[in-house]
Amino acid sequence: MRGFATLLDRLAYTPARNDKLRLMADYFAATPDPERGWALAVLTGSLSLRLPFRRIMTEMIEGRIDPVLFKLSRDYVGDTAETLALLWPGPEADAQTEPPPLETIVEELSQANAGEAADLVSAWLDRLDAVERWALLKLITGALRVGVSARLAKTALAEWSGQKLDDIEEVWHGLAPPYPQLFGWLAGEAPKPNVEEMPIFRPLMLSHAIEDDELDAIAADAFQAEWKWDGIRVQLSTMAGEHRLFSRTGDDISGAFPDVFEGLPENCVLDGELLVMREGEVQPFNDLQQRLNRKTVTANMLKTYPAHIRLYDILYDDGEDVRALSLEERRTRLEAWYARHGPARADLSETLEFDDIAELKQLWENARETGIEGLMLKRRASPYLSGRPKGHWYKWKRAPLTLDAVVMYAQRGSGKRSSYYSDYTFGAWRPSDDGGEELVPVGKSYFGFTDAELQELDRWVRNHTVDRFGPVRQVEPKLVFEVAFDSVHPSTRHKSGVAMRFPRVHRIRWDKPADEADRLETLVKMIEG
Amino acid sequence: MQRRMQPKVFDSWLAVDRKGLYCRPGGFHIDPHGPAEKAIVTHAHADHARPGLGAALATEETLAIMKARLGEGAPRSPQILAYGEVLKIGDVNVWLAPAGHVLGSAQVVIEWEGVRAVVSGDYKRQADPTCAPFELVPCDLFVTEATFALPVFRHGDPADEIGKLLRSVEQFPERTHAVGAYGLGKTQRVIKLLREAGYDRPIWLHGALQETCATYERFGIDLGDLRPATGEKRETMRGEIVLAPPSAITDRWSRRLPDPVTAFASGWMRVRARARQRGVELPIVLSDHADWDELVQTIDETGADEIWVTHGQEDALLHHIHMRGKRGRALRLIGFEEEDQ
Ligand SMILES: [Zn+2]
Ligand SMILES: [Zn+2]
Repeated sequence: MRGFATLLDRLAYTPARNDKLRLMADYFAATPDPERGWALAVLTGSLSLRLPFRRIMTEMIEGRIDPVLFKLSRDYVGDTAETLALLWPGPEADAQTEPPPLETIVEELSQANAGEAADLVSAWLDRLDAVERWALLKLITGALRVGVSARLAKTALAEWSGQKLDDIEEVWHGLAPPYPQLFGWLAGEAPKPNVEEMPIFRPLMLSHAIEDDELDAIAADAFQAEWKWDGIRVQLSTMAGEHRLFSRTGDDISGAFPDVFEGLPENCVLDGELLVMREGEVQPFNDLQQRLNRKTVTANMLKTYPAHIRLYDILYDDGEDVRALSLEERRTRLEAWYARHGPARADLSETLEFDDIAELKQLWENARETGIEGLMLKRRASPYLSGRPKGHWYKWKRAPLTLDAVVMYAQRGSGKRSSYYSDYTFGAWRPSDDGGEELVPVGKSYFGFTDAELQELDRWVRNHTVDRFGPVRQVEPKLVFEVAFDSVHPSTRHKSGVAMRFPRVHRIRWDKPADEADRLETLVKMIEG
Repeated sequence: MQRRMQPKVFDSWLAVDRKGLYCRPGGFHIDPHGPAEKAIVTHAHADHARPGLGAALATEETLAIMKARLGEGAPRSPQILAYGEVLKIGDVNVWLAPAGHVLGSAQVVIEWEGVRAVVSGDYKRQADPTCAPFELVPCDLFVTEATFALPVFRHGDPADEIGKLLRSVEQFPERTHAVGAYGLGKTQRVIKLLREAGYDRPIWLHGALQETCATYERFGIDLGDLRPATGEKRETMRGEIVLAPPSAITDRWSRRLPDPVTAFASGWMRVRARARQRGVELPIVLSDHADWDELVQTIDETGADEIWVTHGQEDALLHHIHMRGKRGRALRLIGFEEEDQ
């Protein structure tokens, strides 16, 4: 437990991605099985204990800790699990009992019923130090908040073992904690696990963004072109009798979208875009959002926001792995498969006819249909590769929308940027109640600055501060950012009534007077559909 | 000693006036928060040792540090009082006992008409190689600090905390470890603990920390190879440990360091929100103040029936004191800032 707790503690405080990777890689290298396997399960969110945390906490506190002292402490610390971890009496200095290893904790917790859990946990806490107690209690809450995604944890595995991240992703979804075969393979002691026939997520093939001038250099006849639709990239799988819908990162989102499986044959794996469609028309991304992040879905949701898959590619054709075939051959397979089975909730992403890049640009210029997010160029000869291989697939995005917005608040960043004001909230003008003009916040961004710009901005913020709230400074409304974003949507959660998708600062307009910045109505007009 | 005195009895000879805690029959203040004619100073931290004192009684170390830090503002007539040496001032007997807080820190023991009061100043019970260990003095009235008076504050083994820093230095050899530490006490303790852990590389110091380190060395506390960090080449600092005042760590000063790991040695680092608030990447839980267990233990061991609680988190400690059937009261002394920053 000591090593795992130390790892979580360090990860929680370490902001930089590369430093997190090193902490995890060092841990995997130094820790024996099965502890590192359980740790990996925790870090990747693959372990769910489903224990009633509040009840367990209440039972542990009652009769053991003075309620007045607990309340004062809780108010100061701000987090119940942390408070309990900190004020729990530590083990006696001469304690003979070793703290329990992580595997014991996980095993016993997963078998414990809600009534036994409090006693079990209390007995462990007596044997752990403060950091270990915190780690244990966080484990039980199920919310680690140490800033590690499953992808990052797997990247650390790749760095430690020297195996490719893609290969780890390929086998990942066929393995279960504490991953003995995985660690056997990564440690060079066993062959790569075989997941061929399993109903699991297969890593997607991803594209590179391409700029206008790079596009001109491309040999047009070597590429297939199709639209990139503005939905959610997904993988549909009906292998081994199971119906699964996976997000781009391999999360199983089948529960929220049971409708897409209607009429789908067995033993196929397909790549496509998840959309909401009504009467053959793709609906705005906002509609799709209504159905995301749900465990289950109501009949009403199914009717109001019908889901649909627009198919891009085929990975398994009636049980046969076709990923090694060229795109050209796979496209033929996909069309034949579609003609054979004709699933109700899917259609084919059309390929675009063009003779040269100029014609393609023309098509692109004229494309104003809702739901088109960009244009994909895929090399006809490429196999289906996992990850983001170079030179195969390109995404040409619509030129972003831009807005000139006024900086309102600045906040210190984290990690390397913690000494700079690097997070900015900006606003647009609108009429105020008193007949004048006021700024209303429309977005927040911390992207897009060079180090030199950051330094200059930092100086500007310090010289133009009008108020402070903790780490946030309110600044004089004098500086304009040109903000780029992909799209804008109505939002009831924002005071301005709109929310930008992917806002980033394009340019700092030192030259532009703030009263010439854009008005909120300009942004509202950019809402699509 | 007469026991079970009424609270009024203390008030008649020890009370708080505009300048702080005042001993009437002795005619002196203890740690006054502004200029005063006669004072006893527990230790040289800024909120206890103010400029503009007339006659000041303190340990040799405290007076030396005050002189170095306050310059013109140092006491006009300093008088050294060694630990344990009894001095008669008017009708009262006064002596100093080690407080274990920082070099020269003392508890002030005052006896008057057979009643004994101990004013602890700041203290800790944990071992500290840079100062004399806390000495328990049984008393009728104990005036305690309460900086970390919540049961969530339980300071762990200092060697473990320093070990955390050393492991990080090993794990990130291309980064500078910038350790924020209070200039008097914490800085020297961190250095000494590093030396005790076998770290014999140069330790780099922010300009503001050098003077007090030199004073410590003059009193025989060997801190090893210390070098000024200011003006040093960026590349030289890779893999090194730099100490700086906490305010410099997250400010512009730290930008000269290559990819610094921001560390902070303080008792406050025990609480995550406090560490995050300061943008700390490597919290080192190291305090020169008594933690909850030490406060509770000390209050019991003095045998005092009456406890006065000064700067800090009074509520929790007063609750505890009342639960133990003792009299407790908060001395709301103004002018004390949150210490151990
Ligand atoms: Zn102090
Ligand atoms: Zn103090």
